[in-house]
Amino acid sequence: MRGIIASGAYIPHRRLDRREITEMFGKGGGAGTRSVASFDEDTTTIGVDAARNALGGTPGIAPDSLWFATARPAYLDKTNATAIHAALRLAPSVGALDMGGAIRSGIGTLRTALGGVGTTLVVAADMRDGLPTSSDEAAGGDAAAAMLVGDDTTAPVIAEHLGSGVATDEMLERWRIPGGSRSRTWEERFGEVAYAPLMKQAFAAALDDADITPESVDHMIVTGLHGRAVKRNTRGLGIPGEKMVDDLTSKVGNTGTAHPALLLSSVLDTAMPNETIALMMLADGVEAIVLRVTDAIVDHRPAAPVDEQVAAGAPVGYGKFLSWRGMTEVEPPNRPAPNRPSAAFAHRRNDWKFGFVASRDRSSGMIHMPPARVSQKGGAVDDMEPVSMADTPGTVVSFTIDKLVHSPSPPVVFAVVDFDGGGRAPLELTDVDPGDVSIGMRVMPTFRRMFTSDEIHNYFWKVRPLRSTEPGSGS
Amino acid sequence: MASHGIKDQVAIIGVGCTPFAEHWDKSLDDLIIDAAHATYASAGVAQTDVDAFWFGTSQSAASGLAMAGPLKIQGKPVTRVENYCATGSEAMRQAAYAVASGAYDVVMAVGAEKVKDGGYQGLNAFPIPTDGTQRTLTAAGMFSLILPAYSSKYGVDEDQLRYVVARIAEKNHFNGARNPLAQFRRETSAEKICQMAAVAGKLSVFDCAGVADGAAGVILCRAEDAHRYCDNPLYIKALSMVAGTGAGSLDPDYDYTTLDECRWAADDAYAQAGVADPRSEIAVAEVHDCFTPTELLLMEDLGFSERGRAWQDELDGAFALDGRLPVNTDGGLKSFGHPVGASGLRMLYEVWLQLRGEAPDDRSIPVTGRTLGLTHNLGGYPGEMVSFVGIYGTEPG
Repeated sequence: MRGIIASGAYIPHRRLDRREITEMFGKGGGAGTRSVASFDEDTTTIGVDAARNALGGTPGIAPDSLWFATARPAYLDKTNATAIHAALRLAPSVGALDMGGAIRSGIGTLRTALGGVGTTLVVAADMRDGLPTSSDEAAGGDAAAAMLVGDDTTAPVIAEHLGSGVATDEMLERWRIPGGSRSRTWEERFGEVAYAPLMKQAFAAALDDADITPESVDHMIVTGLHGRAVKRNTRGLGIPGEKMVDDLTSKVGNTGTAHPALLLSSVLDTAMPNETIALMMLADGVEAIVLRVTDAIVDHRPAAPVDEQVAAGAPVGYGKFLSWRGMTEVEPPNRPAPNRPSAAFAHRRNDWKFGFVASRDRSSGMIHMPPARVSQKGGAVDDMEPVSMADTPGTVVSFTIDKLVHSPSPPVVFAVVDFDGGGRAPLELTDVDPGDVSIGMRVMPTFRRMFTSDEIHNYFWKVRPLRSTEPGSGS
Repeated sequence: MASHGIKDQVAIIGVGCTPFAEHWDKSLDDLIIDAAHATYASAGVAQTDVDAFWFGTSQSAASGLAMAGPLKIQGKPVTRVENYCATGSEAMRQAAYAVASGAYDVVMAVGAEKVKDGGYQGLNAFPIPTDGTQRTLTAAGMFSLILPAYSSKYGVDEDQLRYVVARIAEKNHFNGARNPLAQFRRETSAEKICQMAAVAGKLSVFDCAGVADGAAGVILCRAEDAHRYCDNPLYIKALSMVAGTGAGSLDPDYDYTTLDECRWAADDAYAQAGVADPRSEIAVAEVHDCFTPTELLLMEDLGFSERGRAWQDELDGAFALDGRLPVNTDGGLKSFGHPVGASGLRMLYEVWLQLRGEAPDDRSIPVTGRTLGLTHNLGGYPGEMVSFVGIYGTEPG
């Protein structure tokens, strides 16, 4: 049996109230909220978070390949999946590929993995926006989702792949030139009409491949950035409304490339054995996947269920959103911009920089962050073992708010963190409002983009407040 | 193996110091020339009488050429020294050891920094290639971590403690107002400082050292030769330097209420000088008040206050000009300004004036019969710093 072994999602902490857009410009916006990646996040970092959430429930299971799909890659030419690979501390023998560019690549990568061989970690991430007041800005959202795909000979499969269907069509319905700040679309009616037969074709092919009828579908997911085509054409599929899966657009927004896997992850969080899930996406044609939930789902323990993440979060003002997205430039502190990191230096320390791997002195037990060769306690030389800190919670022992230092979004909230079981590091605290920081606050490492200098994204780890629903949050 | 020191082997026979200011009209070369010639004049020697030179600058220049060139020092050794904000003291320490070794008769150390050509307020670290994982916090941010830690350890109300450190700035501004060389010569009140906007933790810009250009120098010779140049030289009693391991940022035992490197340097210096009770033996101390909380901790680490009591001693005026142990009588880094490479030698300049009774009347220390002065100079951050302590006296033996 082949299918999904584990799933996980990541919805960034911040939410933009769409009414703020309307208030600011007198148009655009609307009701509800959308998710907003922080200034220190990009599709690579949120991909890491989703992958950690997916793998968190299946300790010991490592993929053979990592495929990363996004329409908003942090780099071109250079593979972004290798940064996720490094942050997950996967072995060099594990392949890492970008399936980037088009929104369709998210569901297409998942379908390809389901139809392939070996154990593949599929990560899809996207950050959607457009010019101020555009519908893309208000309707878009930021999120990532990850699916570990493989055979039940490797690990229990929670959702079996029953079949897939594809209807490919070259059409100029939505497009964007590399580096462009906005997507463009043809008039709405064109896509609505063009997608209708493609949906029927792909859905029929998938059902046929799965050897099931439409009546046996328990959870129907239909998504795509052409909202009207999705809504209108879904009616023609003959699926009762109660079987339609909440598309999260009212609180999270449409997260493009990530959305099929995000919605699938939300269904898997609560699905029951033997339920059938159909997943379909409209993007330059239609891709459809049919899955059946297995008995193993009862042991599926999502590290961070989607509904909890949807319910969590904190507001971000529209002005900050615009500055984070580069739509408006705000005055930085009058300090020199940070120096670009050295590629050679960073490469020597990939384990620390990307994996947050410290060293533990075998004789004294002291944990050194960053890893050291000579022990702070006792001075033993070259007697250290690596110790991963990425999943270790910690406690803030002191903190400060620095309004002088250069930051992509001042002020910097900075904390001295003592990690459970040993190890101290001074780290930036993120996803927090300065007034909410306190000594004793429980925090968790999170992979972030510190700054970008000379077109080099400087990735490293910060800490974020541990959510009350997470293990280790304490009292 | 031990730290033996060079007590009474080396004498200070002349000092010099430029005004510390935003010297828009002076270059680094100008500052070096002004400080060096003031120092020659003070010692009554010519440049050609000096056998070897040490030049301290943190990031305004590189190599001994930066001093040899502007001063046109011919055929002599000139060594550039760097050790963060303790650079000036380190230059003097190297020069003193060269005399003590017998290698030279007369040596000079000059420290200088030209910070106002950089285009940014505050001090900015010279960029060295890294993996990008280093902390990017400002020094103000790092030192601001002291206050919440001290508050919780000793049960001092946070607002009360904030007022205490503002009192340190008030004291140093009071002293600096009486110093014609100081950058900031206006008195201010702790109440006003407390009302200012915070820039890092609870600290306002008035809790930070003044950022200034400047230079200072010192000339040293063998103690037995001192009276050839000078009627009342100072004798070096102790020179101590400790470089930390950066323990503060990796050792959970570090609690931000002490500066270990300063304590160790002080203990070593007191042992070298034979000082048993600094509180009753030191007449004046110039300490590295880069930020107001630094001076608070230093009073304890240098043994001027009981552990956990410096805040009360500050409120009692123990370290004021007329206090039981006057500290930073020239205004300190806070008011005199902090041209990094020059600050350690500027401290020595003030000790020279005070111990020899040459400080202006309105800021001279009370006559106590004590004959020792102390300079403390540090570079780095709480838990990861270099620290220097020097002790000087008017009497040999």
